[in-house]
Amino acid sequence: MTDHFTPANLDLAHEIIDRYPVKRSAMIPLLHLAQEQDGWVTEDAMRQIAELVGVTPAEVLGTCSFYEMFKRRPVGRFLINICGTLSCQLMGAGELIHHAERKLGITSGDTTPDGLFTLAVAECQAACTEAPCLQVNYRHRYRVTPEDFDILVDELRSEADRGEGPDPGNPDAGGVPRHGVLSLSRQHIPAERAAGPSSPTSDQGPPAWMPPPDAEEQK
Amino acid sequence: MSDQPEKRSDDGVNITIDGRQFTARKGELLIAAAERAGTYIPHFCYHSRMSPVGMCRMCLVEVDSGRGPGLQPSCMVPVSEGMVVDTESETTKRAQEGILELLLINHPLDCPVCDKGGECPLQDQAVAYGPGESRFVEEKRHYEKPIPVSDLVNLDRERCILCDRCTRFAREVAGDPLISFTERGNRTQVQTFPDDPFSSYFSGNTVQICPVGALTASPYRFRARPWDLDQVESTCTTCAVGCRTAVQSSGDQIVRRLGVDIDPVNHGWLCDRGRFDYESARSPERVTSPLMRGGADSEPVEATWPAAMAAAASALRDAIEAHGASSVAVLGGARLTNEDAYAWAKLARGVIGTDNVDCQLADGLSAEMLLTLPRATIDETCSADTIITLGVDPKEELPVLYLRLRHAVVEDKVAMVEFSPVETSLSPHCLSVRHLPGALAESVAEYLATDGGSAGSGSVVVVVGRGSLAGSGGDVEAAVARIREALPHATFLPALRRGNVMGALQMGLSPGILPGARALSSLDPPGGDPSGSDPTTPIEPGLDAAGILNAAAAGRIAVLILLGADPLADVPDRDLAERALAGSGTVVAIDTHLTASARRAHIVLPAAGPGEKSGTTTNLEGRVSRLGPKVTPPGTARPDWMIAAELADRLGTDLGFADSRQIWAEISAEVPMFSDCPVDRIESPEAQDGILCVPGDEGGLQWDPPADVASPPVDAYALRLVSSRRLYDRATMTANSPSLAGLADESRVRLNPRELDRLGIVEGDRLALVSPRKRIIAAVSADDRIPRGVVSMAFNAPGPAASELIELGALVTEVRVETL
Repeated sequence: MTDHFTPANLDLAHEIIDRYPVKRSAMIPLLHLAQEQDGWVTEDAMRQIAELVGVTPAEVLGTCSFYEMFKRRPVGRFLINICGTLSCQLMGAGELIHHAERKLGITSGDTTPDGLFTLAVAECQAACTEAPCLQVNYRHRYRVTPEDFDILVDELRSEADRGEGPDPGNPDAGGVPRHGVLSLSRQHIPAERAAGPSSPTSDQGPPAWMPPPDAEEQK
Repeated sequence: MSDQPEKRSDDGVNITIDGRQFTARKGELLIAAAERAGTYIPHFCYHSRMSPVGMCRMCLVEVDSGRGPGLQPSCMVPVSEGMVVDTESETTKRAQEGILELLLINHPLDCPVCDKGGECPLQDQAVAYGPGESRFVEEKRHYEKPIPVSDLVNLDRERCILCDRCTRFAREVAGDPLISFTERGNRTQVQTFPDDPFSSYFSGNTVQICPVGALTASPYRFRARPWDLDQVESTCTTCAVGCRTAVQSSGDQIVRRLGVDIDPVNHGWLCDRGRFDYESARSPERVTSPLMRGGADSEPVEATWPAAMAAAASALRDAIEAHGASSVAVLGGARLTNEDAYAWAKLARGVIGTDNVDCQLADGLSAEMLLTLPRATIDETCSADTIITLGVDPKEELPVLYLRLRHAVVEDKVAMVEFSPVETSLSPHCLSVRHLPGALAESVAEYLATDGGSAGSGSVVVVVGRGSLAGSGGDVEAAVARIREALPHATFLPALRRGNVMGALQMGLSPGILPGARALSSLDPPGGDPSGSDPTTPIEPGLDAAGILNAAAAGRIAVLILLGADPLADVPDRDLAERALAGSGTVVAIDTHLTASARRAHIVLPAAGPGEKSGTTTNLEGRVSRLGPKVTPPGTARPDWMIAAELADRLGTDLGFADSRQIWAEISAEVPMFSDCPVDRIESPEAQDGILCVPGDEGGLQWDPPADVASPPVDAYALRLVSSRRLYDRATMTANSPSLAGLADESRVRLNPRELDRLGIVEGDRLALVSPRKRIIAAVSADDRIPRGVVSMAFNAPGPAASELIELGALVTEVRVETL
């Protein structure tokens, strides 16, 4: 048995698995959970997910590696994706990328030695009217000039220095959550509304979350 | 399925392929219908034994289903009434050229050094359907040249065209999805998980179905070019499933075995053991000339055939004169062809005059039971309403039967009930009933009395084998008797492991049973010879393997003949096997390899092995098929029947045949069971699928089920031993194949993790196991497939031998565990 998830996350993992009629369906949510725990998806995490949902590690790797946003190498606390597609290129993304590389002292694709920043050139982020744009941990920044970039980096750095920044446990703090944090509020589905482990093909009744027919009449 | 009624004519679907009318089957895929109509549609990813995926697009053809012609992948389109298909139109040709040009963009042109070159579907189709030139001038994609995905299989990702055949096979057919597509887009590649190799028992099949040279097998890599190979069709005798194979040789050496697709048995698949154990033919342990030992302690030295045969014959003569014919015993014979087995049965009963013959080594089941139970075929098993398996884990013992059963249970949703003391490979897919070792019959009776009644309504096939060797086979036989009482319509598929064990039983290599499953006692007059001439045929049934071993240990066996038998490895009582070999007057071993037991023999005669002799073999269903001789036996090794014939000659009798064909002619003439199976039928194309020869009840053979024995009460201070065979163990052929020998795991004590906690030990610690027989020490593994109260240890695995703990005939083996 692989022992990678923290006890709290393991409980959460079981809760997630219980949401689905077929365990395997929980694979992607669990990959998110693993990335949230470690900032990236480790081999041990994939192994444990395989055990938890009853597939082979190779199948988890197959799914995980298909999705660009699951990182299988350590990335910095902040992943900065600068858009490198047409509109942004026309509006100065090239200069912005060069500037970012000089400012952070790394080439795109790399992580700063302090583990704070990973710089990447990304495809279109659907904000062409706000070019050039970038994302910090998938949170947009619009019309970014080199000066804006410097300010952004300094802000993030001081935020990290102060040990601040939001966490799932502290959703009210401002700033940018660590890379991997998917959402600041957890979804909890009460047991009586969960689909449970029954087979979708054998279950003929209405879904568990659907109110019984007489509930409406009572209202 | 073969047993389905003939398709009614209104199920036919009329389609037009290239202007010709054809009636396809309802629901049939267009590509399969075209193939049957004689029109080949080029393809890479489509495989008739797997679900279609439409990955490669090579099978695009112009299809008009009433809305005008359009390109459609013929592997994904079921036929429909009135469909008009053009596989040779300009549009189709342009599509095929385009697809091939795209497939070849990244495919390296290293055909001259590629194993697949010469038999490569991509190469062939590029010539037949390709554009002839490429517009791609950029750099091709590069990957590290072959990476091993397992000990047996190498993957060259540059050559891969992403057809999903290997990954689909692993997922759908083998149920071992240890390889998967990873990454995406231009970087898509097949990969294993890091440090988690593709260690499937069936990995070799992916090499065979790979339509390019991306997957290559280590044992065959760079050994030969396809155009240098010579091929003959044969049947695999590694286990009793009897998969059809193509045996290929180069320079008088077997270099490759491929699976041949026959519908009733293997569907084209082979296990890796059957695919690669041809390597053992060239092992340094192979016996290539007769060996004789001077004194008791001297090493065997090479001898001539005349000297060795004279010694064997004089030992036999002396034994018969001094102690009577019953002082001679013949053990083994399941490695032999049917003809070999018949010749040896005839030599033993008709010339020597002993009935002490047994082709099983006390590790099988009652011969009377196996020969009298109503037999089921594999197809009947897989299409039954309920399958019951007793004890045996088919993945470990009969791998391709596992593939068939797995398909039946997983894909066709056949209900299966399994009785096993530990979790098996099929447990996750069926209702698995756990029982204490020794309590199988009780467990079956309990099930039949409660839930099992529902199985009474439909067809029931029972797969009956000897799961654990740590308890007597009587428990399995009692369970069979219970099933026969409760479900009289049930039929049975014997699941014994050794190559031609059913053939040897049907040829009379079992005490009290003449060829054709006739009882010795049924002979009229008593002692009259089955084949006409001999006064020596014994009247009283002789000893079975257990009896022979006990008699030998007591010094009552003057000549013990081992027909490819290795009692030291295979008898589930190592101590008794040792004493039997030591107590026998003269031990004559006839074997392909110098096994542990052959090493102890006084005379060793080299036998021809698989691929080196002609004849027939019988699989577990009773299907008789022809073996193909491909290479000459090494040294002076010769077929077993020839050795029998010469020994008979030296004892003054002519067995009456000069080649294996004449033996089969005699069998079909003399043995009623094979009367409708003459030589010309065995040699006809019909015999490719094998010819079912199952004994009827005219032989007068009776099976008396053992009386029910209550399983012994649980000893709270001991654990019950389960000892089953794994696919890779120290079996002669496996251990002598360099590519396979390393795959056999060191034998370990397997215990439930909570049992480990109770004992205060951890994985890898060493433990002592103490049975009344012996105390052995082995490393321990936690295994949650083993229930508490049970200890499991593989049989005949490298390392400490489980057979040391077992006492032959004991109902259960209780062992105490001592921490060190």
